[in-house]
Amino acid sequence: MIAELTRGERQAALIILCVLAFTGLLMAGFGRESALDFHGALVLALSVAGLFAVIRGYYAPPPDPARLREYFDAPGRAGILLAMGWAVIGMFFGVWVAALLAWPDLNFDSEFTSFGRIRPIHTTGVIFGFGGNALIATSFYVMQRTSRARIRDQLGAWFVLLGYNLFCLLAVTGYALGVTQSKEYAEPEWYADLWLVVVWVVYFAIYLRTLAHRKEPHIYVANWYYLAFILVVAMLHIVNNLAFPISLGSDKSYSLFAGVQDALTEWWYGHNAVAFFLTSGFLGMMYYFLPVRAGRPIYSYRMSIISFWGITFMYMWVGSHHLHYTALPQWVQTLGMTFSIVLLVPSWGSAANALLTLNGAWHKVRDDATLRFMMVSAVFYGLTTFEGSFLAIRSVNSLSHYTDWTVGHVHAGALGWVAMISFGAIYASVPWLWKRERMYSTRLVEAHFWLALGGTVVYVVAMWNSGIIQGLMWRTYTESGTLAYSFVDSVAAMHPYYIARAFGGLLFLTGAVIGCVNIALTIRHAPAPAAAADAEPPAAGQLQPAE
Amino acid sequence: MFGLHQRLERRTLALSLAIIVAASIGGLVEIAPLFTIHQTVEDAPDMRVYTPLELAGRNIYIREGCYACHSQMIRTLRDEVERYGPYSLAVESKYDHPMLWGSKRTGPDLARLGGKYSDAWHVAHLESPRAVVPESVMPAYRWLSRNPLRVSDLPAHLRAQKAVGVPYSDAMIAHAEQDAFGQSAPDSPQAAGVTARYGEATNLRAFDGRPDRLTEMDALVAYLQILGRLTDAAHRPVAAVAR
Amino acid sequence: MTDLVAHDTVVWFAKTIGLFYLLAMAGLALTYACWPSKQREFDQAASDILSQEDRPWR
Repeated sequence: MIAELTRGERQAALIILCVLAFTGLLMAGFGRESALDFHGALVLALSVAGLFAVIRGYYAPPPDPARLREYFDAPGRAGILLAMGWAVIGMFFGVWVAALLAWPDLNFDSEFTSFGRIRPIHTTGVIFGFGGNALIATSFYVMQRTSRARIRDQLGAWFVLLGYNLFCLLAVTGYALGVTQSKEYAEPEWYADLWLVVVWVVYFAIYLRTLAHRKEPHIYVANWYYLAFILVVAMLHIVNNLAFPISLGSDKSYSLFAGVQDALTEWWYGHNAVAFFLTSGFLGMMYYFLPVRAGRPIYSYRMSIISFWGITFMYMWVGSHHLHYTALPQWVQTLGMTFSIVLLVPSWGSAANALLTLNGAWHKVRDDATLRFMMVSAVFYGLTTFEGSFLAIRSVNSLSHYTDWTVGHVHAGALGWVAMISFGAIYASVPWLWKRERMYSTRLVEAHFWLALGGTVVYVVAMWNSGIIQGLMWRTYTESGTLAYSFVDSVAAMHPYYIARAFGGLLFLTGAVIGCVNIALTIRHAPAPAAAADAEPPAAGQLQPAE
Repeated sequence: MFGLHQRLERRTLALSLAIIVAASIGGLVEIAPLFTIHQTVEDAPDMRVYTPLELAGRNIYIREGCYACHSQMIRTLRDEVERYGPYSLAVESKYDHPMLWGSKRTGPDLARLGGKYSDAWHVAHLESPRAVVPESVMPAYRWLSRNPLRVSDLPAHLRAQKAVGVPYSDAMIAHAEQDAFGQSAPDSPQAAGVTARYGEATNLRAFDGRPDRLTEMDALVAYLQILGRLTDAAHRPVAAVAR
Repeated sequence: MTDLVAHDTVVWFAKTIGLFYLLAMAGLALTYACWPSKQREFDQAASDILSQEDRPWR
């Protein structure tokens, strides 16, 4: 890792790590009596470890100039391993919180493992840990391949990847200690948020710089989606997290927004985190890996562009559908609902585009579990966006809101779409990144596929059932005109579904563990491609195990 | 070569700019009007701010992630009003930085919880939920009674609240620590200051049943008992007419 | 926060601009995507990523 850096980059790395170590020291010193001192110590320890690593490699010979004729894949490789690691951690916590709802004493009476604290560990672990690392790793891969240009700034790429993971680490350890802003999916406190802004600016700069060295004037559409992900997430993150810390020595801050303004800002952020973190970026992934894996160009390039602008434009209006029948003014609710319904057009455009690309390659889908991951993800994307538009209708929302139906909907998207396209992209890129002929075991990929699909279906069906039953029980009246059920009646009725949900999650987690094992075996044991590894590596299309 | 570069960079920047323009206006248009909304919504001149103890309790509510399972937003639907009470008004959360409307009801809505149960019920329920409600899936929060409440930074909390727009007076900030003590120890000399600054209707009780100790349980129960009671705007018939 | 603008004015603006903005955006995006001379560029972009070369171009 250090050997690949130039002398100047090694010096810059030392400076950055010194600044970080000093910041950690300040945080630990001023953060008395708050979790800030623990996080300061964490930052300090990690930067000192980094300093040691850089110093040890500092006098290594300068890197071979021949490296510039190849893509810079080291951070991408690390990103994929980190993504898989976070997947297992995040999904493990997911199974745990699911089990807590069926058997509430499984927190072992510890404050650090109570439901309210480990639920955000699950959501942050899977969304930002797994999803974010998968996005960063694949974006490094895709931006270089589609531009036919190497990432210039080697240190910057490492900074983005490791800095981002530091953010995730600060976030999840903070929740266990009770550090949270309570804004859903934006829980990390002010200092972690500031750090993410720094990382994100570098990320955007790397992307622009790589694109500036591209071969063709046209920017391939996958990069548009990744760019929208980077830019809009920055915008959302900064606005929603505007807050006033009670002091620089405290982890606690108060949001600048209050009440109804805060509610709309939060759900503007929340829904667009779904749009630009969990949709746009992953569509970028799909628009590269699916055509390449299938060996066919995207069905309609025009449609991908039209869908792009549709999604970029329309998602911004729909956040208010999270606040139907609340104290939010009704015209904002109606606007959100209308745009939510129109949004189905570009969403289905993308899903149809992906599936039509596979026309003529269906035999590959049958034989190749990696391509099947991508195909199923496109199907789930279509289903979830339809369900999303449906749930945004006021009258439907009056039943579904506050129930498990929403949770089921989110997981249809998160498991069926986001995780499946990520696993597909990871299985496709691991052999390419580590210069292997194929994955170590295609049967393990197959097993992972069926566990993931089975787990998703069990989970989503359980949550549909529990959500609709909940919603109906809350609004059922007796003949004499009184409410038929007390709230605890509905809690008791959920028990079997909560067990089923935990089981579905367990299946999905098992699949992810199998994936990790398979990737480890591929790196260690899979044969190199038959053609000389140093010469032209075989093209993607030829690497498919099914052929 | 240099010219090509510039041309390519211009295209990338144009694309980035187009993305920002396309994406930003939707949010702006929807959110901006909410900053003039105070011109139209119900006013609640009688509404008071959280006492330091209640604010500390609110922060414990946030810390423990209670909002993940409990909403504080009663919708304008018949069954919700009959189950929980009058629907929530915008004005009721005007001092809530951040709001805790929530998005999921694994447990019931809490917007009108204040005064519904006794302090003893809350303490018993938080200590051991299933001893009180056998079907409950709520975690037990036994550490709340064990942990003493940290009060030393309460003035800083109130100052930050003031900075984001909550009308705390200088006297409230200066007396934040002793007001927290006073509210949970009604017989102490500090108690009088609490009612002087926050009103006669403020709950002055040993919330966890032990006036000698100020614990996190005191703070959380004090907060739970004020939910929906900072103003009676939602109970006034005019509010319904205004909507 | 500010009383410079009446709430009703802001709301009127918010309610109307969405529609016009949607139409304008749709028009622009469709024009760009369907511009006849762009077809070749798009076809090339779509098939370029399938190319066998796995090296930077310079």
